[in-house]
Amino acid sequence: MSEPTDQSLIRNFSIVAHIDHGKSTLADRLISYCGGLSDREMSEQVLDNMDIEKERGITIKAQTVRLEYPAKDGKTYILNLMDTPGHVDFAYEVSRSLSACEGSILVVDASQGVEAQTLANVYQAIEHDHEIVTVLNKIDLPAAEPDRVKQQIEDVIGLDTSDAVECSAKSGIGIPDVLEAIALRLPPPSQQDPDAPLKAMLVDAWYDTYMGVVVLFRVIEGTIKKGMRIRTMNTGASYTVDKVGTFLPKPTDVKSIGPGEIGFFTGSIKEVADAAVGDTITEDKRPTPVALDGFKPAQPVVFCGIFPVDAADFEDLRAAMGRLRLNDASFSYEMETSAALGFGFRCGFLGLLHLEIIQERLEREFDLDLITTAPSVVYTLAMRDGTEIQLHNPADMPDVMQIDHIQEPWIKATIMTPDDHLGGILKLCQDRRGVQTTLNYINGRAMVEYELPLNEVVFDFYDRLKSVSKGYASFDYQAIGLKEGDLVKMSILVNGDPVDALSMLVHRGNAESRGRQMCERLKDLIPRHLFKIPIQAAIGGKVIARETIAAMRKDVTAKCYGGDASRKRKLLDKQKKGKKKMRQFGRVEIPQEAFIAALKMDDS
Amino acid sequence: MSSQIIPNRIMEGASAPLAIYIHWPYCARICPYCDFNVYKRKEDTALLPAILRDLEHWRELTGSRTITSIHFGGGTPSLMSPVQVGAIIDKVADLWTFYAPEIALEANPHEMSAADWRGYRDAGLTRMSLGIQTFHDPALKFLGRDHDGTTAQSALDLALDIFPSVSADIIFGWAGQTPRMLADDLRRALDAGTQHISTYQLTIEDGTAFAKAEGRGQARAVNTDLSADLYDLVRDTLIDAGFEHYEVSNFAKPSHRSRHNLAYWQGLDYVGVGPGAHGRVTQNNKRTATIAHLTPGAYARAVTETGAGIDSREVLSASDWASEYLLMGLRIDEGISLRRYHEILGEDLNEIELNALVEDGLLTRADDNLKATSHGRLLLNAVTERLLLA
Ligand SMILES: Nc1nc2c(ncn2[C@@H]2O[C@H](COP(=O)(O)OP(=O)(O)OP(=O)(O)O)[C@@H](O)[C@H]2O)c(=O)[nH]1
Ligand code: SF4
Ligand SMILES: [Mg+2]
Repeated sequence: MSEPTDQSLIRNFSIVAHIDHGKSTLADRLISYCGGLSDREMSEQVLDNMDIEKERGITIKAQTVRLEYPAKDGKTYILNLMDTPGHVDFAYEVSRSLSACEGSILVVDASQGVEAQTLANVYQAIEHDHEIVTVLNKIDLPAAEPDRVKQQIEDVIGLDTSDAVECSAKSGIGIPDVLEAIALRLPPPSQQDPDAPLKAMLVDAWYDTYMGVVVLFRVIEGTIKKGMRIRTMNTGASYTVDKVGTFLPKPTDVKSIGPGEIGFFTGSIKEVADAAVGDTITEDKRPTPVALDGFKPAQPVVFCGIFPVDAADFEDLRAAMGRLRLNDASFSYEMETSAALGFGFRCGFLGLLHLEIIQERLEREFDLDLITTAPSVVYTLAMRDGTEIQLHNPADMPDVMQIDHIQEPWIKATIMTPDDHLGGILKLCQDRRGVQTTLNYINGRAMVEYELPLNEVVFDFYDRLKSVSKGYASFDYQAIGLKEGDLVKMSILVNGDPVDALSMLVHRGNAESRGRQMCERLKDLIPRHLFKIPIQAAIGGKVIARETIAAMRKDVTAKCYGGDASRKRKLLDKQKKGKKKMRQFGRVEIPQEAFIAALKMDDS
Repeated sequence: MSSQIIPNRIMEGASAPLAIYIHWPYCARICPYCDFNVYKRKEDTALLPAILRDLEHWRELTGSRTITSIHFGGGTPSLMSPVQVGAIIDKVADLWTFYAPEIALEANPHEMSAADWRGYRDAGLTRMSLGIQTFHDPALKFLGRDHDGTTAQSALDLALDIFPSVSADIIFGWAGQTPRMLADDLRRALDAGTQHISTYQLTIEDGTAFAKAEGRGQARAVNTDLSADLYDLVRDTLIDAGFEHYEVSNFAKPSHRSRHNLAYWQGLDYVGVGPGAHGRVTQNNKRTATIAHLTPGAYARAVTETGAGIDSREVLSASDWASEYLLMGLRIDEGISLRRYHEILGEDLNEIELNALVEDGLLTRADDNLKATSHGRLLLNAVTERLLLA
């Protein structure tokens, strides 16, 4: 591979689709067809490396593979494939993959048709001037209706589907057709000079236990070589390239990588955060005169508190967060103290799935027991004295008398659904303070757009949407800025004491019903104690809802004789373990999962 | 009652009380809710010699002591002949000193035998504990018992005729049981003149046939909602009838408490002989927990080969010992000595929790004595959890 690649034979493309339409499975097929891995090495969704990705069957990180495809025209094409995540939380990953490619494979599930993220992703691809190959996947399914779905693609997206490829990534039907379409219909990168000063885009960076920080790049012009001293133009940092390589899909070293190609390098880069995505990589001693535009970093939109169950684990938690942050610059954390939960961190995420994933990784990979508090958005408080406060945590809300008004982030949501579920969806959006902007019907499917406060969506909107539509509705959103809202801080008192970790900002009009729901939930979530426990929701000093947990009546082992004494002691040990999952507030023990579960609403 | 609390210093030495438990692991058939160490068999000629020899070993362990009780449990110890029972009692009398001991045996109504039971009495038995469970025929069937209500009644009458003290086990909380049925069971036991009643709520223990039936979806589980009400009913009825509610599940006419079981609850020493039996010995201010080999075969073999049936012994840590003392001691109406607790652990109970529990009406405290109120005894698991895990 030291021979410079013939640039006209390179095809760089992303695979985009709605979640679960089969991007990763298709990528697997393409890899195995091109012989990238032996059958033994092929595990399902090979590109989904993380345990979490494999278990949940979703892609979180975009991944890249270089394939060699001998086409029917007798030429061998170099295919750089980028598999992208479908979930809306990781839309950012999609956009940077797109900017490293000239084409996209749009995968549409032939049984489901166009969904919200199909739209979002294909529009992004069009914005990047991509050539698009439409692939109808899952045609093996009895419910597949490729013709109807093609019509839908034409009607909804406006793409010509006369040359759409039909395939089944699962059973392998049509895979050669997909490869032919990639080779013949997608454009090569524009011809560039391999000897020009190096100009490459930093596409992604992550931390690998064996290789350290790995940087994924796309060369625009010039050549990147092992041993070269390079510089990232925006941050100004310079490194010596230790290793250059491509993913086949196993990382494989090469001497150099030239224009139009995608590859990785390693150097002595300490943190992923040092490698700013979108930055321009150039040679230190012979820099390119003009840097690339770059893109703005992903901003966390959802915040929550994460606390160790056992206060003694605080330092371990800090270390674990540092490790995860090494690999994921879109996750942020800073120290927080809570009267109820002690020392912990206020963390920022791209969305709820991102939050769940980080939480799960902390618990699993670092063996920590954690309490996660209610997710919240960032409110902008306009103060009477003219200053502005960014409120990440409802517990930090200043005295209302000092606040002039509160602004909250809004989003535009796009929802696609079979029209028989529309009624429930409209009600859900309405209940969540949504404002409908458009409603279209295409082939028995409805597409609605709503403007909604992010705060109403952040928590369980997606779950609710899935349940009211029996799983059929799909959803995508984008931020549209701040709007003023009539918001108040609601506190929850358990046995008379406010639990700061349960306080939240709510819309005044919803406060009472939200307060009632919270109290009812907590009543079910907190186990009975030896005494009765009042639970109250309050705004300022005023109680707006109240429930009481009755005292426990009977809890005793009936038989306890000579042989049972040891057993009793073991029971005590078991109770001790159970207690670790509880948090003590005054005399009340609250199970750690209650902090999140208390917020789940059923909009019935 | 606090006068019954035995100070630490007399826990050891020749005058220290010692209870003897003999486990006879055989039953004619196995009940579906049973989670004891039992085997379906009627006779075993190797077991008695092993038990006698194991007792000798225990004598070496404990030194000279005062025997306050011997208890034959199981299994079904009434499958033993009066001669076998007598051999064990005589052996114990040879090895240690008797102090008017309570000598009790557990029996099932359907194996009732006037001749054998009189034989037991002649061998020294002072008390019989009868597994009545209920007088209600369909329930007996459902519980997999071999006897019917009439048999239960005559067995109870016979036992009362022969022994100075008789206890009846009554089980409640089985599916379909109404408060009336339970009241009726109690009434029949009381009318017969029973001096001691142990009542248990039916629980489904792991590994039992009931648990398997439940697992298969044949829900035979007890209705737990009712159980607190039923428990109140038992307590009220028996207290009205002049019984003392002296332990969570045990009620006795004055001077008919089970002395043997009190030894467990008071944290005294007990010998555990026979397959799977547990024992406790306190020496040099260390408390050792023992467990005998579980199966009859392994037990008899161990005794033949080593002279002892003990399979495991564990010196309890101060905190395990103190926990046991508290967990067991709060079950009985006399409660525990806080001083004693401190002697064992070197620390006091958490004063804040303790006061809070007293304030909630779950515990009472008078100087050195701590006990659970009758309300607190019903919630003992939660109470002890608060005290010990605070
Ligand atoms: N029947 C059938 N199932 C398929 C086909 N392709 C993918 N699947 C299944 O669809 C599910 C989702 O496949 P993935 O490849 O993980 O989908 P994805 O688009 O990568 O999903 P995200 O990365 O989460 O957005 C898996 O259960 C696959 O086995 C197909 O051609 N036919
Ligand atoms: S008689 Fe007692 S020991 Fe024997 S099986 Fe039945 S419950 Fe268990
Ligand atoms: Mg995927």
